[in-house]
Amino acid sequence: MKDTDIKRLLYTHLLCIFSIFLSTFIPSFFLDNFSILETHLTWLGICSVFVTAVNLMLYLVVKPNVSSKRSSLSHKVTRVLKCCIYFLMSCFLLHVVFVLYGAPLTELVLETFLFAVILSTYTTVPCLCLLGPNLRAWLRVFSRNGVTSIWENSLQITTISSFVGAWLGAFPIPLDWERPWQVWPISCTLGATFGYVAGLVISPLWIYRNRKQLTYKNN
Amino acid sequence: MQKVLVLLFLAWVCFLYYIGIVLFTSGFLLTRLELTNQSSCQEPPGPGSLPWGSQGKPGACWMASRFSRVVWLLIDALRFDFAQPQHSHVPGKPSAASLPFLGKLNSLQRILEMQPHHARLYRSQVDPPTTTMQRLKALTTGSLPTFIDAGSNFASHAIVEDNLIQQLASAGKRVVFMGDDTWKDLFPGAFSQAFFFSSFNVRDLHTVDNGILEHLYPTMDSGEWDVLIAHFLGVDHCGHKHGPSHPEMAKKLSQMDQVIQGVVEHLTNDTLLVVAGDHGMTINGDHGGDSELEVSAALFLYSPTAIFSSVPPEEPEVIPQVSLVPTLALLLGLPIPFGNIGEVIAELFSGGTDAHPHSSALAQASALHINAQQVSRFLHTYSAATQDLQVSELHRLQNLFAKASADYQQLLQSAQGAEVPLQTVIAELQQFLRGARALCLESWARFSLVRMAGGAVLLAAACFLCLLASQWTTRPGFPFSPLLLTSVACGLAGAILYAGLLAATGLKLDSVILGTAAAGGSLLPFLWKAWAGCGSKRSLATQLPIPGPVLLVLFLRLAAFFSDSFVVAEARATPFLLGSLILFLVAQLHWEGQLLPSKLLTTSRLSFSAPTGPPRHGGTYALRLGVGLLLCTRLAGLFHRCPEETPACHSSPWLSPLASMVGGRAKNLWYGVCVGALVALLIVVRLWLRRYGNLKSPEPPVLFVRWGLPLMALGTSAYWALASGAEEAPPHLQALVAGASVLLPRAVMGLAASGLLLLLWRPVTVLVKAGPGASRTRTILTPFSGPPTSQADLDYVVPQIYRHMQEEFRGRLERTQSQGPLTVAAYQLGSVYSAALVTALVLLAFPLLLLHVERISLVFLLLFLQSFLLLHLLAAGIPISTTGPFTVPWQAVSAWALLATQTFYSTGHQPVFPAIHWHAAFVGFPEGHGSSTWLPALLVGANTFASHLLFAVGCPLLLLWPFLCESQGPRKRRKPLAMEAETRGRFEEEEEEPLMEMRLRDAPHHFNAALLQLGLKYLFVLGVQILACALAASILRRHLMVWKVFAPKFIFEAIGFAVSSVGLLLGIALVMRVDGAVSSWFRKLVLAQQT
Ligand SMILES: [Zn+2]
Ligand SMILES: [Zn+2]
Repeated sequence: MKDTDIKRLLYTHLLCIFSIFLSTFIPSFFLDNFSILETHLTWLGICSVFVTAVNLMLYLVVKPNVSSKRSSLSHKVTRVLKCCIYFLMSCFLLHVVFVLYGAPLTELVLETFLFAVILSTYTTVPCLCLLGPNLRAWLRVFSRNGVTSIWENSLQITTISSFVGAWLGAFPIPLDWERPWQVWPISCTLGATFGYVAGLVISPLWIYRNRKQLTYKNN
Repeated sequence: MQKVLVLLFLAWVCFLYYIGIVLFTSGFLLTRLELTNQSSCQEPPGPGSLPWGSQGKPGACWMASRFSRVVWLLIDALRFDFAQPQHSHVPGKPSAASLPFLGKLNSLQRILEMQPHHARLYRSQVDPPTTTMQRLKALTTGSLPTFIDAGSNFASHAIVEDNLIQQLASAGKRVVFMGDDTWKDLFPGAFSQAFFFSSFNVRDLHTVDNGILEHLYPTMDSGEWDVLIAHFLGVDHCGHKHGPSHPEMAKKLSQMDQVIQGVVEHLTNDTLLVVAGDHGMTINGDHGGDSELEVSAALFLYSPTAIFSSVPPEEPEVIPQVSLVPTLALLLGLPIPFGNIGEVIAELFSGGTDAHPHSSALAQASALHINAQQVSRFLHTYSAATQDLQVSELHRLQNLFAKASADYQQLLQSAQGAEVPLQTVIAELQQFLRGARALCLESWARFSLVRMAGGAVLLAAACFLCLLASQWTTRPGFPFSPLLLTSVACGLAGAILYAGLLAATGLKLDSVILGTAAAGGSLLPFLWKAWAGCGSKRSLATQLPIPGPVLLVLFLRLAAFFSDSFVVAEARATPFLLGSLILFLVAQLHWEGQLLPSKLLTTSRLSFSAPTGPPRHGGTYALRLGVGLLLCTRLAGLFHRCPEETPACHSSPWLSPLASMVGGRAKNLWYGVCVGALVALLIVVRLWLRRYGNLKSPEPPVLFVRWGLPLMALGTSAYWALASGAEEAPPHLQALVAGASVLLPRAVMGLAASGLLLLLWRPVTVLVKAGPGASRTRTILTPFSGPPTSQADLDYVVPQIYRHMQEEFRGRLERTQSQGPLTVAAYQLGSVYSAALVTALVLLAFPLLLLHVERISLVFLLLFLQSFLLLHLLAAGIPISTTGPFTVPWQAVSAWALLATQTFYSTGHQPVFPAIHWHAAFVGFPEGHGSSTWLPALLVGANTFASHLLFAVGCPLLLLWPFLCESQGPRKRRKPLAMEAETRGRFEEEEEEPLMEMRLRDAPHHFNAALLQLGLKYLFVLGVQILACALAASILRRHLMVWKVFAPKFIFEAIGFAVSSVGLLLGIALVMRVDGAVSSWFRKLVLAQQT
């Protein structure tokens, strides 16, 4: 592991953060009355698209994982299809989990689903980019001593912080402040976004600080 | 450690908690007895003639009426200085320009200056609690309402005491009300005309006031009223929203000024105008407590005709707020409400400017005398009913009243008395009235901050004790018995010291303080011990190892008690936290690598440094458990009852009894579902018991489980059928139905009780097989020639017998070709403790279920499923230590407590008094209970705290379950082995057997320590909850919601704690009873085999 790796990691993360910023500003040039709170669903969709695009771009440019020896076209196509299916499944799964956690079952279905989409964007998309549609690799990354590179390490940190952010976002909902952002699921999506950004910021710093202790078995 | 010691230690800790709770409560929740006596016109308050002319006149009661009509403008939170006239030349005072609330009520100032004999402004001294509802009660009954007025009907807020509104109604006066809808609850149906507006939204400054203004002048002009009450909320809401020092407050007060101005212009000559604030507000705009700003309210009286004989004093007089009640009553010619302790404002009876000084003074004296007679009658009645009031002071007051009364009578006899003795009589009467008020105030209306702080400190110390002692239990040889002994000795010494001190000073014995002295004394040895431990090598931080995430969940839960929104939303917040904890547990299991086979992970996990063994379960085992738990939690959340604070929320329709349903098919369907849930519960439990071989023996408890439980289910469903369709029964069967609805619940409860007794009598239901295996046993036991003489012998022999029995049983199983390798389980020994506990829980659940409405049976089924899944999930994360020390991790205890809270809500409860299920008192007693109160209280309490009780009794399962699950792990691991090798029976005998719960039996010392630790941990988790509630209630005692949210929450938590602690002790005692029975069973077995 070298410092250049960490630098690359930092730059890619900055790009991700930048894409989130863009998703809040660019649409206001094209859409009337666009704001995060009032046209929240639109923002969710745009943000999800932006982040996914940046992640894909980074994956194609940086190529952090050095696997995939076979590179036939059919293999690539099935791989992409598999990724799409995985992404959709994670959206539905998260939707179910939200409902189990107390989200309304029949009302606000679109809102809940878009929340699931944005959270999947923050968590599943990077996983798919980095690890491919390989559930075992995912499970490995998210267990003790399972990380094999700084990319996986940062993936671990951003994913967990996104989830924690979304979780913390649920807390202001019962308060009687009557603010517009306390409506379901705005506080949760904002929490997830902040968590994701925080993860993106923290993980390079954390890796840089602990670069001496971090030794990866396969590197 | 001895078993008795464990129970005694836990009982001591519970005692500390109880005393802390009682001490806090005695300082926080002041109580008073509500008398329902009524004053009436025909019955004067005392002997002696009523004042002149009162009997003859129509419409006059104890005194002749002076006004026929009253307009009462109640401006919520009108603090005294809001109404105070501003003299611009007074130096050193803040000017009106700097503070927006000063000098806005100009019309009062103008009236006072222009018509000094028509109007008065008073600083009315309010009694805490300064909350609107309590103030309204005080302003109409003349008493000092406390939060809990004993004897009041918790289900509604309607005032049962004698009050002005009721007297007005019974005198035939037309009372018109407009404003705050609190009055609707307090005086249902008392008004001839009413315009109520919701007081719920404190952020809305204008709806209520504008609504009043829309109706105020038209109503006044219509003349269809005798008493007009308008309760404005804008000022109060402005205080809550912006605080008093906000420009909005100036606008609001100016609006009120215009209202007063307008009303004065509409007044006729026979009308009295009262402008009053119910309480003040702090500099932040809140109220509820007893600070100077909160307890000073404005009171302004105005009459179009002159009524005062003198001009107003420079500084307005200070009068108690309740003085308004007797004054208004006598001015309107009504009897003074029975419970009034206010003193009439004598000035108002002086008769105006042209009255003769002597007759004026005589009129004042007669008003005061009637008032004093009424207060004396009340004191007499009240002290006969309860012991609240100080006897010596009461006696002094009686003497004072007797003298004043005699003087007054003497004065009336001597026709031409001089004026000087008249003034003396007035002074004496006033002295009596003030003394009486002070006496009542002393015992009813003071927060005792010292007691509150003392209670909180005691609770905190008990929590600290639980935390430390639960760590100490894992230390071998920790001297618990000396600690307990010295503690009890010190506690006794403290109590004796206090009693001696009292005897020396001759004061009355207060049992609360006595308990505090005992508790404080008994804490001293522990604190000393903790201090010594702190000073020595271990630091305190290492002794408190609650893992971080669990600490976070616990902390969030405690912090939630300090926010009224979260207390109101607790029904939804608890499942959320529980779900978080569950998913965290699953994620942690995965993180630790216990879910996946190690070969899946590329990195080496074979290093021996890893503390966890290979995974004991299949890959998705814990995940499935977690999802199932979340699903059950969510389903249970469908049975949700809304708190009254959230109007947008809809309660679940499933919480109503089936009898209230219309439509036969739906009702029948639901009835089927409920019975189905009951049967499912029964089947689940029987399957579980059978799985561990607990249904084989012919012992009475087993027979009871096999036949008694279905009988109970049958009785319950029959009772439901009767209860839901009672009115549809044909007439000639009505008597039968009525009899059955009395008998059936009692029969079920009796069955449950007898089942529990049976269980206690014969808790061990092990199938003993006398057969050909006996000869082999003797070979094992040959080293012992005599009967076991000591416990050590027994400890040595018992495992051998036990292993031998397994062996033998296995052989028998193989001979009979029966499948299933659960050798120990079949003998029931492996689950002997948990089987007894589960049986006890089911036996408890049935009567509790009977007290709920039918559809709650689904929740009970979910409850058992949830706890079953949770126990499995927790057990998956707990490594089995083979010899001890055994510990139950904190996350298990926290999750269990969260589950108990969640079930409290999903059984349709809320921690507020109107939400209590009163119908539970009539289950089995449809005609009521007559004069007995403890039985209905017990039934309603059992209904309310059913989940607390069930989970506390079941708490030892947390310790037992991992051992129970031991039988699964090796089986799963063996399966591939069995595929490979045919000769599995012989091969496995060499392996160590799953001893299951017998591991606990083999290490009795560690077992007892683990039980103690479990109890202490559970008490800690419950204890910090009650501590947080107490702190929230005391810190937020000025909060708008203190009496609506925080105080009821504290009471429910306190009672819940008491129920839980008793349940916990019972559960642990049951486990110990089983343990004792198992020991004696083994002893018998050993003796039998040696003959
Ligand atoms: Zn008020
Ligand atoms: Zn208020």
